[in-house]
Amino acid sequence: MKGRILVVDDDHALAEMLGIVLRNEGLEPFFCESGEAALAKVRETKPDVVLLDVMLPGKDGIEVCREIRAESDVPIVMLTAKTDTVDVVLGLESGADDYVVKPFKPKELVARIRARLRRADQATPETLTIGDLVIDVPGHSVKRDGVPLALTPLEFDLLVCLARKPWQVFGREELLEQVWGYRHSADTRLVNVHVQRLRSKIEKDPEHPQIVVTVRGVGYKAGPP
Amino acid sequence: MWSRIRGLGRTAANPLHVAQWRFMRIQRPSPTSWRRSEQQGRQPAWQLAVGTLSTLSAWPRRLVRRRVLRRLLRRALAPGIRLVRRLITLWRRSLHLRVVTGTLVLSAVVTVFVGLVLLRQVSMGVLEAKVQASVAEASAGFRTAQQTIEAAEPAGDPSELTTQLAEDIALRGAMGGLYEVVIDVVPAAGGSTSVARSTRTTVLTTSVPDDLREGVRPGKVAYRYTLIRHESGKTSPGLAVGSALREPRSNAMLNVYYLFDLTQQQQILNLLSRSLLAVGVLIVVLLGCVAWFVTRQVVTPVRMARRVAERLAAGLLDQRMTVQGQDDLARLATSFNQMATNLQRQIRQLEELSRVQRRFVSDVSHELRTPLTTVRMAADVLHEARDGFSPEVARAAELLQNELDRFEALLGDLLEISRFDAKAAALDLEDVDLRELTRRVVDSARPLAARKGSPIELVLEETPAIAEVDSRRIERVVRNLVVNAIEYGEGREIIVRVASDQDTAAVSVRDHGIGLKPGEAALVFNRFWRADPARTRTTGGTGLGLAIALEDVHLHGGWLQAWGEPGKGAHFRMTLSRKALQLPQQSPIPLVPDDLVTGGLPPQDSAGDTSAAGPAPDGSAHETSAGPVAPQALTSGGESADLTSRGAVGGAR
Repeated sequence: MKGRILVVDDDHALAEMLGIVLRNEGLEPFFCESGEAALAKVRETKPDVVLLDVMLPGKDGIEVCREIRAESDVPIVMLTAKTDTVDVVLGLESGADDYVVKPFKPKELVARIRARLRRADQATPETLTIGDLVIDVPGHSVKRDGVPLALTPLEFDLLVCLARKPWQVFGREELLEQVWGYRHSADTRLVNVHVQRLRSKIEKDPEHPQIVVTVRGVGYKAGPP
Repeated sequence: MWSRIRGLGRTAANPLHVAQWRFMRIQRPSPTSWRRSEQQGRQPAWQLAVGTLSTLSAWPRRLVRRRVLRRLLRRALAPGIRLVRRLITLWRRSLHLRVVTGTLVLSAVVTVFVGLVLLRQVSMGVLEAKVQASVAEASAGFRTAQQTIEAAEPAGDPSELTTQLAEDIALRGAMGGLYEVVIDVVPAAGGSTSVARSTRTTVLTTSVPDDLREGVRPGKVAYRYTLIRHESGKTSPGLAVGSALREPRSNAMLNVYYLFDLTQQQQILNLLSRSLLAVGVLIVVLLGCVAWFVTRQVVTPVRMARRVAERLAAGLLDQRMTVQGQDDLARLATSFNQMATNLQRQIRQLEELSRVQRRFVSDVSHELRTPLTTVRMAADVLHEARDGFSPEVARAAELLQNELDRFEALLGDLLEISRFDAKAAALDLEDVDLRELTRRVVDSARPLAARKGSPIELVLEETPAIAEVDSRRIERVVRNLVVNAIEYGEGREIIVRVASDQDTAAVSVRDHGIGLKPGEAALVFNRFWRADPARTRTTGGTGLGLAIALEDVHLHGGWLQAWGEPGKGAHFRMTLSRKALQLPQQSPIPLVPDDLVTGGLPPQDSAGDTSAAGPAPDGSAHETSAGPVAPQALTSGGESADLTSRGAVGGAR
């Protein structure tokens, strides 16, 4: 499978270098230099993953991310130089699936991209239930009482991961590994933000979650069905 | 003041109370503690009165009864005491109330004094005139009566004479309606008969006061104020003027008393005192109102200033006082506002400075990181392809790769440090099991440790060591400690321990490497500090690891401490409160490692570090803190007392 990667970055050298690395990995890169043009480029190229720099001249990455997310579920990986919690959380809350902090190692970046691409390959017929939700895994749909809920692929993966082993408590690091494809460097903020977003979509009362339950000091688990 | 008086009462009553009283006095300086001591003194408030009373009659047999009495009193007085206490609080707090009350009390005293003087003057004036007139009248009467007696026929019956005489006098009085007459006949033989004669003949002879009866002498006129009693039971104020008349033949005495009615004068005086009272009350009330009004003029701006100051202190820097007029209060308001403005400007400047610095760090971060990313990736591509290069170029690619790692780490650490310096570091708190976190760190460090030959032993407790921390930062701290131990562990065993108790959780890392020389324990957390400048770093440390670790731990309000001895290795301990941002009081892991405590002392328990005073294994004097063989330790969290005997270096935060 040849993944189509859209790189949105204003730094020419970095974009070119990313192109070299991605091509070496057998991926197909497309480039876009400004935030304004990003959305049109997404429509035009229909990428499998978007690499989005947060600091863009004109329209910044967060805004672009919101725009893309508004009309597409394409996985978005943010490239950021900021590691402050506020910046990271802001980026994730705007709809990004993952983020990579500059300077990153090419292998690390590729691993993340592959993790985002991987989910398209799974196609075993499987139906899971978690709480009062019914998950059709190959069909990528979640329904409550027959009404479909709109989840991004990442949120879907997170829910499926929890639902497959409802008896198990998942640590944040474990989820990072399973859902995001991380191996060592663990940033649990990623998990926290996405769990919050998932809850806001699937829980009846996100303040008192019933489906994705926090286990204090350990992590999360699926609620009783 | 109150408490002092009360306190003294108790002092006398009970020696226990002396201590309590002293305590209260010690507690007094600040208003809050004063209030607190007031609270503590709640129960005794009434006891004082009882205590004082009981001192006066402190008989042992009454003790039991007194206790019962006390209890009853306490119950009966409880609501009253509460009210009194509330009033006292109001009194202490309200300047307004104090000034108005003071004015009321003082003006009442002055008014009463003035009223009394006035009343006295007027009554003296009124009565004196009446007395003079009455005495003159009576004297004339006495003279006439004496003449009548002397001119009377010698053969006459004295009693008839007196009757005659009395009737004469009474007739005169009746004509004027001014007085009534009482006559005592005192025969020479002794005894006396009292005859009352008056126009209405209703006056009782007891109207004449006894001392006047005893005091009358012939030829002298005496008077007394008295109460004239009428037969009808009515009484009226009056003046009794009396004199003794001698009947020359029988040598009998005739004591004649004139009773002048003073009702009119009494009425005048009554009216006067009523008026004075009314005027006095009116004056006091008016003065109170005036004081209330005047104080309000002063107190209102002061209260406003207080409110504004409180709001300023709460961070509302835009608050200002309104300035009216040019008086002292207006100037106070002006100065206050100036102060607030200056304060605001200073704070804004500091905020701006901090913001600029933060912005700068953020910008530098981005500006440096983007090209570095490109370089990094380019180097990686070169590194991957190095097999196809000539040996020199391949080595160059390797060096480039390795040094880029170092450069990256250094840049990351520098930015982290500047974030701390700019106070831009924020905590992202969650409940974390420190055992899991430590296990993860140790597992990821094992390859490095294996390369250096140091086995890592992980000692964990059964119970979860859950603490509210920023896991990213705490993981970094533990990683720094572990990597540091591997770096200086000389390939010997490293022990990583996690322990917790009720309030705190701790992670410690013990190595058996080169240890720390005297004085070094205080330096290990310094930026870019190296134990031995000649020694090269082999694990790629930046020299900022422990400094960042210390900042991270301090951000959590915890301790990061070091202990070390040359040749005995080093021990680093992080202690965190399990509840976020609280200062730990003790650590579940002793700073001086257990394995060094010998001499039959029991191993240290989780209660703390006091047992660190065991004999040093090298037998060196424990008191030496800077001797050549003295063990070294650094405390960064203010816990130094436990280490003094082992030569700890206390670094207060």
